[in-house]
Formats: sequence, C-alpha cells, structure tokens
Amino acid sequence: MPHISLPEGMPGISAGFGFRPETAGPMRELANFLLHEPNSLSPGERELIASHVSARNHCHFCYSSHAAVASAHLGDATIVEKVEADLSTAPISSKLKALLTIAGKVQLDGKLVTSADVEAARKEGATDLEIHDTVLIAAAFSMYNRYVDGLGTWQPDNPEMYAQMGEQLAKNGYTRPTIETPDLQAK
Amino acid sequence: MPHISLPADLPGIRGAMAFRPETAKPMNEIVEILLHGPHSLTAGERELIATYVSSRNCTEYCHNIHGAIAAAHLGGDEALVQQVKTDFMQAQISPKLKALLVIAGRVQKDGKLVTTADVEAARKEGATDLEIHDTVLIAAAFCMYNRYVDGLATALPADPGFYRERGKRVARDGYVAVSKEYLAAHAAAAAR
Repeated sequence: MPHISLPEGMPGISAGFGFRPETAGPMRELANFLLHEPNSLSPGERELIASHVSARNHCHFCYSSHAAVASAHLGDATIVEKVEADLSTAPISSKLKALLTIAGKVQLDGKLVTSADVEAARKEGATDLEIHDTVLIAAAFSMYNRYVDGLGTWQPDNPEMYAQMGEQLAKNGYTRPTIETPDLQAK
Repeated sequence: MPHISLPADLPGIRGAMAFRPETAKPMNEIVEILLHGPHSLTAGERELIATYVSSRNCTEYCHNIHGAIAAAHLGGDEALVQQVKTDFMQAQISPKLKALLVIAGRVQKDGKLVTTADVEAARKEGATDLEIHDTVLIAAAFCMYNRYVDGLATALPADPGFYRERGKRVARDGYVAVSKEYLAAHAAAAAR
C-alpha cells in the first residue's frame, strides 16, 4: 500500500503525478526532453540508459516500463534483457556500451565517473552533448526511481500493461498522462 | 576539471545549466516548487532537507550552496545548518522536521527503505501527506542534482563567501528568477 493517499488505480509514477500535478509538469517535461525529443542518440538508445539505471536501482515499475519503451523503439523484445545480462556481449554499439558504463557509475555516485570513462566514450564517437545527456538521464532516473519507490506506489506485475504503456510512450512521449486505466486494477 | 566543455565562468550546476538550457528549465522549475514556492513547510525547513541529502551524497557544491540558502532563510544560523549535517537529532529543529529528515535519509539510499513506521512517526508529529510527498521528492530530486553536479565533475568554488552571497540571493529571489538572469547573461556573453 502507498505511504500516502495517492489516487487509486494509478500505477507507479502516474500516482505521484496525479497527487502533485505542480511537480508532475516539469518532471514530465524533463523526461520528454531527455528521452523522446530529437537527439543524436536515438530514443531507443536513451531508453536503454533509463532502463539500465532503473534495473540497477531495482525499481520494478520504472524498469518494466522503460524496458517496454526501449523494446517498442528498437523492435526487439530481448535487447534489454541482453544488456542487463551482460553489457559486454549485448548487440548494441560500442559507443552505447561506453555510455552505459558512465550511466552505471552515475547511478552509484557521480564522483565515480573517471576521465578514462569519458575518454573511452569519446573514442567511440560520443560527443559532449551525448555524455552530458547520459549523465543527466542516469541522474534523473536516480530521482524517478526513488520517487516511485519512496512513496510505496502500486507497481503491478502485469507484462501486458507495461507492453501497452511502452507502445504509447514510444509514440506519444511523456508530456501527457499515458495511463488512465482504473480497469487495470482488476487484473 | 569538468569532463566536458562547460562554460568556465559558471561553477557548479550553473555551468551545466548553461550548457543545456533545455533541461535547465524544468530542473529549475522542479526545485522552485519544492524549495521556494509557498508551502506549509518553511523554505528554511525544505532547504535543510536538500542540504542534508546533498551532504549524505557528499556533493560539496550542493550541500554548501543549499546550506547557505537554508542559513539565509534561518536568520543566518550557519551553526544550525552544520548541526543538521552532522547529527540532526541533536539540532534545534521541530520533531516533525526530524521525522521528515529520517524519511529523506532513507530515500537518499533507496526509496524502498522507507517504512510504514517512518511515515507514521512523521504523521504523529503533524506531517501531512503533501509534506511527506514533498520530502520524498526533495530527497529524490537531490539524488538527481547531486549526481548531475558530480557526474560532470563541475567546478567547485573554494571561497565560503561565494556560497554565502549566492545563498542570500537565491533565498530572496528563487531559482527560476536567478537562473533566467545568469542563463541570459551567459548567452549574451557567448554571442559577443
């Protein structure tokens, strides 16, 4: 049960957003900018960074939903699991591997990022903007994950719901509510 | 030295904000609502939560600047801010704020560590759902700001006077107003 009276029937972060629309606005805008708007990193690549950080923070709702968005963008339902099972052998670019290494350090503590990590990413073609956005995506998911978990939100175990959310978020982005589905409570 | 080419004239998070004004906007709006806007918790109390989380994340820039902003709101009481960083249970703050700082400390590590008992303890001291929500979100948000500042290895001013002066200014005018000013000044200087 959530720690405070959150709107019923809304899973994960949507309940926090429903409770406090004032902070929901800029939090949605930030996610939309980092993950959905045009960028030299594809939306699928950026969603892999978000799902990687959420996996490492063991945030079930954020991991499941962003893994689903990544799968929807990349047309590959297995890629997220491959990245989480073994980053070194996952079928993604060397540049993205180097960026995911940076993201993994930021998830623990930003001070762990070394010049060598950054140089390695640059060697694979990463730009300053891509390195910046990787750091900020990892930092932002350190916020979203804690927000979702810290309120004790309802995090259903419903693969269909996440797959459906993934498709919608991949298409429409984050600026407006995706889930208004009290019917999902019944499942 | 920062990991990427950040503007040299703007230390701490400001350099990163100037590097990426698109993300600076919602990031400043979030902190404005959480720490500066009207609230049943005073601005000083909310800044103490931000300072405490930043201190636990060992992010020098953030705990210095938010400590200074907190002190500015609290009549210049730097000793109180220091006491909250080192052992808030012994600080001259309300039992409600102590209970909220316990929750913030859990969120700083992992949101899943917050227990029903923690929340009940805060409620018993008079905390509302909104205050508990905002405490969780302030703690979560500072896990973002702290990682952002540290992960880019932003420049860290050594002079305590720097933080004191800025702290007064942000306490008075808020985050959005101050950020608009330095982002515009930076953009104008870059265009010259």
